[in-house]
Amino acid sequence: MVTRVQTLLNTFSFAQNKPYTPKDYRSKEEPRWCPGCGNYSILTQVQKVLADLSVPPYRLAFVSGIGCSSRFPYYINTYGFHGIHGRAIAIASGLKIARPDITVWVITGDGDGLSIGGNHFIHALRRNIDINILLFNNQIYALTKGQYSPTSEHGAITKSSPDGVIDYPFNPVALAIGANSTFVARTIDRDPRHLQNMLKRAAMHKGTSFIEIYQNCNVFNDGVFDRFSNKEIRDDYALFLEHGKPLIFGKNRNKAIRLNGYIPEIISLDDGKHSTSDAVIYNEQDTTLAFLIATLSNHPNMPRPFGVFLDITRTTYETELLEQIESAITKNGKGDVNELFNSGDTWIIQ
Amino acid sequence: MTPKKIEKVNDVTIRFAGDSGDGIQITGTQFANTTAILGNDVSTLPDYPAEIRAPQGTLGGVSGFQIHFGSTEINTPGDMCDVLVVMNPAALKANLQYLEKGGSIIANSDGFNERSLALAEYSSNPLRDGSLSHYHVYEINITKLTEQALCDLNLPPKVIERSKNFFALGLMFWMYNRPLEPTLKWIREKFSKKPELIEANSRVLKAGWNFGETTEVFKVRYEVAPARVAPGKYRNITGNQATAFGLMAAAHRAQLELFLASYPITPASDILHELSNYKNYNVKTFQCEDEIAAITAAIGASFGGALAVTSTSGPGFSLKAEALGLAVMTELPLVVINVQRGGPSTGLPTKTEQADLLQALYGRNGEASVPVIAALSPSDCFSAAFEACKIAIEAMTPVILLTDGYIGNGSEPWLIPDIHSLPTIEPYYPDDPKKFKPYMRNETTLVRPWAIPGIPGFEHRIGGLEKKENTGEISYDPVNHERMTRLRTEKIMRLQDRIPLATAEGHTQGDLLVIGWGSTFGAIRTAVQKQLDKGKSVAHLHLRYLNPFPKNFSKLISQYKAILVPELNLGQLAQLIRARCRLPIYQLNKVQGLPFRSVEIEQKIEEVLRGIA
Repeated sequence: MVTRVQTLLNTFSFAQNKPYTPKDYRSKEEPRWCPGCGNYSILTQVQKVLADLSVPPYRLAFVSGIGCSSRFPYYINTYGFHGIHGRAIAIASGLKIARPDITVWVITGDGDGLSIGGNHFIHALRRNIDINILLFNNQIYALTKGQYSPTSEHGAITKSSPDGVIDYPFNPVALAIGANSTFVARTIDRDPRHLQNMLKRAAMHKGTSFIEIYQNCNVFNDGVFDRFSNKEIRDDYALFLEHGKPLIFGKNRNKAIRLNGYIPEIISLDDGKHSTSDAVIYNEQDTTLAFLIATLSNHPNMPRPFGVFLDITRTTYETELLEQIESAITKNGKGDVNELFNSGDTWIIQ
Repeated sequence: MTPKKIEKVNDVTIRFAGDSGDGIQITGTQFANTTAILGNDVSTLPDYPAEIRAPQGTLGGVSGFQIHFGSTEINTPGDMCDVLVVMNPAALKANLQYLEKGGSIIANSDGFNERSLALAEYSSNPLRDGSLSHYHVYEINITKLTEQALCDLNLPPKVIERSKNFFALGLMFWMYNRPLEPTLKWIREKFSKKPELIEANSRVLKAGWNFGETTEVFKVRYEVAPARVAPGKYRNITGNQATAFGLMAAAHRAQLELFLASYPITPASDILHELSNYKNYNVKTFQCEDEIAAITAAIGASFGGALAVTSTSGPGFSLKAEALGLAVMTELPLVVINVQRGGPSTGLPTKTEQADLLQALYGRNGEASVPVIAALSPSDCFSAAFEACKIAIEAMTPVILLTDGYIGNGSEPWLIPDIHSLPTIEPYYPDDPKKFKPYMRNETTLVRPWAIPGIPGFEHRIGGLEKKENTGEISYDPVNHERMTRLRTEKIMRLQDRIPLATAEGHTQGDLLVIGWGSTFGAIRTAVQKQLDKGKSVAHLHLRYLNPFPKNFSKLISQYKAILVPELNLGQLAQLIRARCRLPIYQLNKVQGLPFRSVEIEQKIEEVLRGIA
């Protein structure tokens, strides 16, 4: 049976391999985030990357949950689904399994994706459905006006924690690696070039891609990521991972990370005792290393890693499903419901 | 050997009972299938504990399977049984209440030892102490006879112990004159990789039959002639299997892929199991991490253009409430199946109840009208599921299909339809990108178009926020919200124009109208028929559509002096009817995890009739 959806797609599938510009991905709806919100930058970079990759807007679906970030689909001229709180990844999973031909992006936040939607998040990662998850992390519930989130730092003063948060936060990257991810990256709203690179890498990856994007909420949590974006100081606080390259950072690129057993530690490259060859050579296909490096984020004295932590190949969920379908057809032929209903022990009443 | 007398009977009810590891469900299913093949009408009631292997020999671990079959129309698994087959004292103690006075007990006497009697809390052996004098007791040392039949095969004692249920089955096949071949064939297929089990189980089955034939214990065999039912091809089917087939039929008629997202839950999991076998039939199943993921994944698949379904039972249905509202708001087709069980909370996972009706109708935030359809019997789950899909797709709405553990697990013969004779299902796709607005509506049905991702020109955004009429943009405008709320509700009300009018069986006007919904159909029908036979002025109205009600409902019920509503809850449908009329409404409510016995309904009808006379 050719489904009606296949027929419709065939009817409309005229060649549309024209070059696209970011404008083609802008919807008529005016973005309504607060002026100065980090989300504007992310939206712009996503539109640029989609144009660079020339994915036709009609083949794209953006799915979101609830929160400031989740308004994103309204502002992008593709198919879009603004779901309910926490469920974006589940909606996207169903869409992608039903329609592997559609490129699916999920927009979620630290509350939506890690708190109310935490279960869907970890399960999507282990399944490796080919969707791209962008988690805008501002370490605060902004749409509900300023309560602490599962990534708020211990001790943070917020509307719902006047005496300081006594929860300990998730490290989303470590959580994702622990959940058997195949692609994990971290970037920041105020570094457009890095953000674009990460988006492109995620788009290219077959399987679930997860990017944690540090996003500044200038109303409820202004400046929490300043040390990673302020050009004056960021080189001492941010560590940019590059596959096959040593882990070096610092304003004068004079510091590095080496492994003492399985414990990462900082070494000075100008103390006369160490050289670049002591530094860890990063390997984004090494899950164990990725996890060790991800844990740097838990230590206040360690630089915060950015870049691709992990990029490994594993068959996607929908590929295996389609293989099972194909093999069922090869083994038993295309199913005929009439035959099925008439199978088993039957009898005839005259 | 004295030749056995053959006695003709109209209908018989047999109940098999034993430990939950005794293979009682298999025994019952095999008897039911063979009986159905012979052309009897059949209805079954599996009755098993929530624990997979409850402590052996205890009352809590008893598993039962009741089969009612006959040469006339069979609507229920039988109020009381004529024959009770018990493998141990606990099975006897738990099930004696279901045996008709004067009925037969076939007991595995080897199962009645000191320890098992103590576990069942018997102070003396009931087979010997005279307490069963109202019944015919047949003591048979089934375990020993099974051992003897297998003595030369060198099988481990556990295997021998586990095949004794086939002895009981063989004996009952002999007693009711049923062929062994269908079960022998089933044994060959089931144990195709374990030839020693094929040999063992086949031998024991035959030994049971031969025992009946040769022993002097049984003097009579019974014959139950085939039923006169509608001509055609039949197979035996459980409600959950029929539900799965109904969904597949609908997907076929709609020419859509079927997508089932589900989370395992008793007693609904069999729908997921069944559909996961049919990958070569354009069926995708997705076992999710939780109930909410299941419904929202289904909504995602529906957005993608599939016939999307999620199946669950009460507790899972509660978890899906918010997402059901999302499907209402986004106006996407979706079928949510609730195989109801005893509640609230975890409740009685393996027992039946009808207590989720009001939750189905109202269990969401906001004004969120959803069509609700209830299946009335195992085989009717097929057409109810088909109808739910048709409404969901053609009206762009979530639809709730209510079945329950009783009909989900129960089985009966199903008249196999020709797929081409079923109605077509026509989705409403937009055709002109220039005119397209996501919330434009068909003037008559108020249905919005289904724009599928992948097609240029129909890019649009939907979601849970209120929409501006027609354009679908986010809107917080007060007047627009009221307008949209009324439109969504009106769209569901207009389904009244396409669902069949209600009809009452029995007198078209009179003293008492008995109104029921869902799986109580068979018991109510049997009870009302008996009252009609007695010349009483009664009628039976069965409601298949709980939202919206049939258009003629109020007019129809006004023809009677009073109404009786039997339900397996505390009066949920009664409450809905009370809001629609001023007639005296009587209730019959039962929440014991068990279906009605028709005699309970008959007694209530008589009581009400006496009161209003």
